[in-house]
Order: sequence, then C-alpha cells, then structure tokens
Amino acid sequence: MKRMSLWEYANPKKFMATTNVVLPWISVLAAICLVVGLVWGFFFTPDDFRQGSTVKIIYLHVPSALMAINAWLMMLVASLIWLVRRHHVSALAARAAAPVGITFTLIALFTGAVWGQPMWGTWWAWDPRLTSFLILFLFYLGYVALWEAVENPDTAADLTSVLCIVGSVFALLSRYAVNFWNQGLHQGATLSMDKEENIADIFWYPLLVAIAGFVLLFVALVLMRTRTEIRARRLHALQMRERMG
Amino acid sequence: MIRLFSRDLTLAVRAGGGFGLGLAFFLIVTVLVPFGVGADTAQLGRIAPGILWVGALLACLLSLDRIFQLDFEDGSLDLLATAPVPLEGVVMMKALAHWVTTGLPLTLAAPVLGLLLNLAPAGYGWLVLSLALGTPALSMIGAFGAALTVGLKRGGLLLSLLVLPLYVPTLIFGAEAVSRGASGQAATTPLILMAAITLGTLALLPFAAAAALRINLR
Amino acid sequence: MLLRVHDLSCARGGVPVLERLSFELSPGDVLVLRGPNGSGKTTLLRTIAGLQPPIAGRIEAEDGAVAYGAHADGLKATLSVAENLRFWAGVYGTGGIDAALAAFDLVQLQDRQAQNLSAGQKRRLGLARLLVTGRPVWALDEPTVSLDVASVGLFADAVRAHVAGGGAALIATHIDLGLESRVLDVSAHRAVAPVDALDEAFL
Repeated sequence: MKRMSLWEYANPKKFMATTNVVLPWISVLAAICLVVGLVWGFFFTPDDFRQGSTVKIIYLHVPSALMAINAWLMMLVASLIWLVRRHHVSALAARAAAPVGITFTLIALFTGAVWGQPMWGTWWAWDPRLTSFLILFLFYLGYVALWEAVENPDTAADLTSVLCIVGSVFALLSRYAVNFWNQGLHQGATLSMDKEENIADIFWYPLLVAIAGFVLLFVALVLMRTRTEIRARRLHALQMRERMG
Repeated sequence: MIRLFSRDLTLAVRAGGGFGLGLAFFLIVTVLVPFGVGADTAQLGRIAPGILWVGALLACLLSLDRIFQLDFEDGSLDLLATAPVPLEGVVMMKALAHWVTTGLPLTLAAPVLGLLLNLAPAGYGWLVLSLALGTPALSMIGAFGAALTVGLKRGGLLLSLLVLPLYVPTLIFGAEAVSRGASGQAATTPLILMAAITLGTLALLPFAAAAALRINLR
Repeated sequence: MLLRVHDLSCARGGVPVLERLSFELSPGDVLVLRGPNGSGKTTLLRTIAGLQPPIAGRIEAEDGAVAYGAHADGLKATLSVAENLRFWAGVYGTGGIDAALAAFDLVQLQDRQAQNLSAGQKRRLGLARLLVTGRPVWALDEPTVSLDVASVGLFADAVRAHVAGGGAALIATHIDLGLESRVLDVSAHRAVAPVDALDEAFL
C-alpha cells in the first residue's frame, strides 16, 4: 500500500475532496463549542467579586485575541511552505486566513475597549497589549492590501510571503518596544500553564470550550475561504485555456 | 557599487530638490505643530522629542517610492539585475543614497527645529545621536517597502501602509531616547536597542528587498 | 560554445508563450529571432538574460556571458552621454568608453545631457552600452527601433565587429540588417495549450 504523505493535501484536487468531507463536521463542531462555551460562560458562571458581570466578556476577548495572533502564525507557516515547496494551496490558505485574522483582531480590540471602559474608566488606553494588537491590525491591513494590489497571483503570493516573514520579525520587535515604552494597566496573563494563580476552574472550563470553538471556527472559515480561492483560480485557469484555444 | 551610489547622488542633486524637499517638509510639520497644540513652551518642550521623530520619519517616507521606481520605469533596474553586481548590494547602495539625501540632512537640521519646539538643552545631543543611528534603518526598511511595490501603478500609498508599521520599533526607541535624555534620565538603553535594530535591519533586509526585486522583475 | 538553449519553455505573467526551443550560439554566430508581435521574443530574451526562470528546459552559458539590451535604454535624463556610459563601464568593470562612443558616432554628443538627445541618438547610446559590458553574448530586443538608415548601418558594423572578435548575438528584429545570420522563427514554437506548470494544478 502506498504511504500517504501529508503533502498530498497540498494538491488542490485532493484538498477539495478532503475538505468537502471534513468541512461540515468541523463547522458543526465549531458551532456546538461556541454555543456551549459562550452560553455556559455568560449565563452559568458567577459574577466576579471585583469586576462584576463585565468579566464575562473574557469569553469573547481572550479567544479572539489568541486567534488573532495564531492566524498570523498560520499565515507565516503557510508563507514559508509556499516559498520553499511552491504548494499553491498553501499560498491561498495564507491569503484566506488574513481577513479572518483581521476580524479576530477587531473583535479583540473592540471587546478590550468594552471591557476597559468600566474597569479603567476609558475606552482606549495606550496599554502595551492593546497597542500591540493595534499594530498587529496595521500589519494585517498592509498584508491584505499587497495581495489586492498585485495582479499576477504567483507574484502576489511571493511578495506577500516575503512581507509576512519580515513583518513577523518586526511585529515581535514592536511587541517588545511597546512593552518598553509603556508598562500598562493590563491584568497579567489570563491563561498560562500555571493556572492556579490566574482564574478559578469555574471560569476556566467554559473559557477552554470557547477557545476550542474559536479555533474550530477559524479552521472552518479558512478552509471555506481557501476552497473559494481555489475555485477562483480554477476559473481563471479555465478562462486562460479557453482564450489560448 | 560605489559608482551606483555616486550616480544616485548626482541624480538627486541634478533633479533639484533632492536634498531640499524632505527638509522643507520636516520644517513645515514642525512649524504646524505649535499651531495645533498651542504655544505653551513647557508643553512644546515636553512633546518635542516625539514631534521631531515623527516629523523626520514622515519626511523620510516622502521620497521612498523614488528609490526604485525611476530605475524600474527607464529600464535601468533590468539592466542592473543582469549586471555583475549582486542585487543585495544594489539595494544597499540605493538605501545609502536615500539616507544621504534625506536622513543625514534631517539629522543635521533637527537641532534647529528643536530650538523652535523648546527642546530641553540636555536633549540636543541625544536627538542628533538617535537620528543619526535611527534614520539608516528608516531608509533600509523603506527600500524594502519600495522593492515590494516597485511594479505597481499606484504603489505610493500602499508603500506607506506597508512601511509605517515596520517603523514602529525604531520610532519608539528613538523618541524614548530623546525624551529620556531631555529630562535628564539615562537614555543609553533605548539608544542601544535602536542601534541594534538598525544593525539587524542593515544586515538582513537587503536580502529580503533583493528577493522582492527579483520577484517583481520576473 | 557560448550559449546553448535546450528544450526551453518560457511563460509571461504565468501564461506559457513558447515551448521546446533549442538552439546554440558559437563564437561568430548571429541568430535573428522572428515572429509576430506578442509571439514571445521579449519573454525569450528576458529568460535568457536570467531575469525570469524558464518553466522547463535548460539554458547553458557561462556566468555573466549575456549582455541584455531591452526596449528601454536605461538612460538617466540628467546625466550626460559620457556619464551614462561611464557608469555602465564602471558597473561592468571595463575600461574606457571612447571606442563605444566612436562606434556609435557619439563623440560629438558626449557632453550633452541624455534628455536633450533625439530618440535615435538615445537608442545609439543604449546600444553603445553593449560595447562597454565586455560580454560575449548580446541578447537584443528590437535594437533598431527609431534608428535611421545610417545608424542601422553603424549598429550592423558594431555587431559584425563583435562577432568577428569571438562574440555572438541573438537579435529580435523585423528588418534586414545585412548581416550573415541564421533565422529562428519563434512562431513555430508557440505554446499550444497552456501547459502552465503553475495553473495546471487547478484544472
């Protein structure tokens, strides 16, 4: 029997066939996790003794912030795969992930502002973490704008990959620079391996479910958008063949 | 290599406004700020480091799209890419020429504009030093952005969008060094961090920029 | 053997235009490329110059053997004729520019700024650049555009001298240069179906 290599999924046809089967399951699973996590978190956890019910926005804020960063990481990995192995699905997946990443970044920024208003008494503070997310948002904008601006799809894939790699380094630098610039108001990490010092189990479990929901939602959206991109490329290829006769 | 550098300088001088335009822009931005925030000298002195750094950064941005665009349009970039010089070296020389025509004059003019904004006396040395160490990074990062957008019809605006987020670390450390210096605090740490960014940028970005150029010339 | 092209296919903007081209250039050879507009002559020359990778096949030439002459001359408007030429001589690390100026009748014009030249004079300056590259293989894209009859004669003489000195030339042109040359009609090698290595994966 022939051994299946992971790279086989980089073939567009193989990718389409596989995702056709997998996508509905992931979508359903994402919906279940999101509903369970968010309903559990919003309605079946007690109010925090200091923060009251405002703390419950954590179930949107933390997962979307996590995914905003992870989406960029996924784009970085996909860009590297494209540059090294020239798999088209990889480049298209990176392209597909960017708008999803932007949306998560916006959700994180918005929920941060809504949370910050009662807590810090202001909608916006130049807190290092909020500022870092604003900078991340700018990086996303540049990346998407470059994709849109370049006509030839392979040139666009190459250029955006280079930008993604350089941007990752600078995003990391910005993160440290911003920390240096302003020690902020943000509460310490909500999530870490050592959860004892963070939040109680009663908040922790619904948060985990919500995070799982966001991860699955991200995967589902990226797969869906990649499928659309592949169809668009196929259409383009067919038109090209038509024209060439 | 040196020839490319001296050719670019000659071109900048003969084109007129090579040196002057960025400087004039820097001056105007600095003069506009007091109109916006009021003439309170204490307040101006406090925000002067930031204004001067942001002004210098924007002035740098103005001429970035010319780094490769003209050579792309008249075909010299194709010829340079097939000539026996490494494209990485071409990028370096172009960034250097850009720095000499914008970053260097900005650095030298900054103290005068610092006077206008009532910068504290202790800050002048740090201002010149931080700009001298930081503006090369601005030129190099800009050359990378210019290489990415060289083939595009309306690349100018996109170039700003791509380059400005990359300027954040340099701006933060540069402005921080000046404002710490101006208020008498130790400013060596941000200055060293910024110098490190500049060195890293000069060492690595020519490769990324050359790769982008090759992709665009294809 | 200065240049050997073996089973070459090349693409423009992701669309294949030429396939299965093979030819060789030895010292003394002039190969004229013919074919209607858009048939891929420029793409072929850019591929041979190393500006874009072939989608299939091999190009064998020594490193730095090919001097590329494009549609655009790459002149700087505010530099004089001599300055433009001296720059390229410096880049290629070759010596003087006097022979190149003389070959294209530019000696009288050498202190004039390139922006004050006529189209034909600019073209002559662009071609003079080839002489200062010191490279054996010239890959030229429509070199005679905007040249008058006398200038075409100068160009043909320059090519003749170049190949007599052990060089070779690959020239895409529509006019008869009066050179002893072979002809390669690229329209016979037009890519039939887009066997695009890039987009094919999507079909």
